[in-house]
Amino acid sequence: MAAHVRVFLCKPGLDGNDRGVLIVGQALRDAGMEVIYSGLKQTPDNLVEAAIQEDVDVLGLSILSGAHMALIPRITSLLREREAEDMIVLAGGVIPAVDAEVLIRDHGVARVFGPGTDTHDIVDYIHERLGL
Amino acid sequence: MSEASELYQRLLTGDRRAAARLISMVEDGEEGAREALEALHQHSGRAHIVGLTGSGGSGKSTLACRLAQVYRARGKTVGIVCVDPTSPFTGGALLGDRVRMQELSGDPEVFIRSMGSRGALGGLAVAINDVINILDAFGKDYIIVETVGAGQVEIEVVKYAHTCIVVTMPGAGDEIQAIKAGILEIGDVFVVNKADRDGAMRTLADLEMMVETKPGGVGAWKPPVVATVALEGDGVEVLAVEIARHYEFLKESGTLTKKIVGRMKAEVLAILSLQVSEAAGRALEDGGVASSLVDRMVNRDIDPHGAAAELVKELNL
Repeated sequence: MAAHVRVFLCKPGLDGNDRGVLIVGQALRDAGMEVIYSGLKQTPDNLVEAAIQEDVDVLGLSILSGAHMALIPRITSLLREREAEDMIVLAGGVIPAVDAEVLIRDHGVARVFGPGTDTHDIVDYIHERLGL
Repeated sequence: MSEASELYQRLLTGDRRAAARLISMVEDGEEGAREALEALHQHSGRAHIVGLTGSGGSGKSTLACRLAQVYRARGKTVGIVCVDPTSPFTGGALLGDRVRMQELSGDPEVFIRSMGSRGALGGLAVAINDVINILDAFGKDYIIVETVGAGQVEIEVVKYAHTCIVVTMPGAGDEIQAIKAGILEIGDVFVVNKADRDGAMRTLADLEMMVETKPGGVGAWKPPVVATVALEGDGVEVLAVEIARHYEFLKESGTLTKKIVGRMKAEVLAILSLQVSEAAGRALEDGGVASSLVDRMVNRDIDPHGAAAELVKELNL
């Protein structure tokens, strides 16, 4: 049995819009990945605990509420605390380029995929990072 | 120290990351996991394994969540294994059971693991059993295994749980008919979920009738039928009581030993059939030791039964 790529797609914070994250989920599933979905309005602590239990390779954070600068650093610092910083953290949603730069530079985010991203680019990026 | 034995040591100290990593290793069929599984076998055998099955949309995940909450309120720890179908075309899966279990998330004493059925060559049964054993050795008091009641492997796995719960709901067409084949026999407790819907009384009555007429004997377990509204938590305490009552029955009647023996045999057979079919598959591939058998079958020199017999000799089984 070949190793499967496991991805945890999450909706942190008070944000009720999951159309985008579910489209990404379907694309990743169709690319042969196992996609676990958190459901809406999750706290950083709950997400990190779930990511650890599910032993995922990739954590995908979808945030459209504008609270990304509060939520994402909290999540990545929890990952470091739990010695799980080897998980690849991707972010998506409405995240301005200036914030994306800071998240990538200072907060352990690997890549930010904004609106209009071709889902194939996300698949390719994950494959490339995992050496597949 | 090898990765597996290090994970094993950490698992015994309650490290959730280690348990999660070991589960991935068994899911991926990694050879290294063997060592850890061997070592942890002596620590397993303490949990009450509860199988939960029923058609899609009957509310299994919500029920598993509520049941786990009841156990947590009593200070017990819980492992939940949710098996969802993998696409046979892409190998991908969308695993959404956690969405229905949000009240449990963040509780470190509840370990939830979503599994894709992957399904190649009987590997699923082996993987699920290994995951149950890992969570058992990890010290969980209850392990709830949730599967869609379709497919032989899923049925086998819940069948060998200590207590098997079959979930149905009113208004799903001919719901009793739908759970008849193969499932009625394995239910130790039946649940009519969404019992606030129209037709619930009828479904309950039909199920009770069916259980009543089920062949048993003096002293045999008579499966109770429980009405629940999982979303609201109604009836879940009653369900927990019936599950406990079944476990007591198993212990007192000596059936628990029979269940354990049955599960152990099924585990060995699942492992063997996986190994045999993998070995046979490799032998039959182009360039494999028995690839000539394929040509002989194509040329109608030998039939598949004859080829299988030769393969058994060739592989020295």
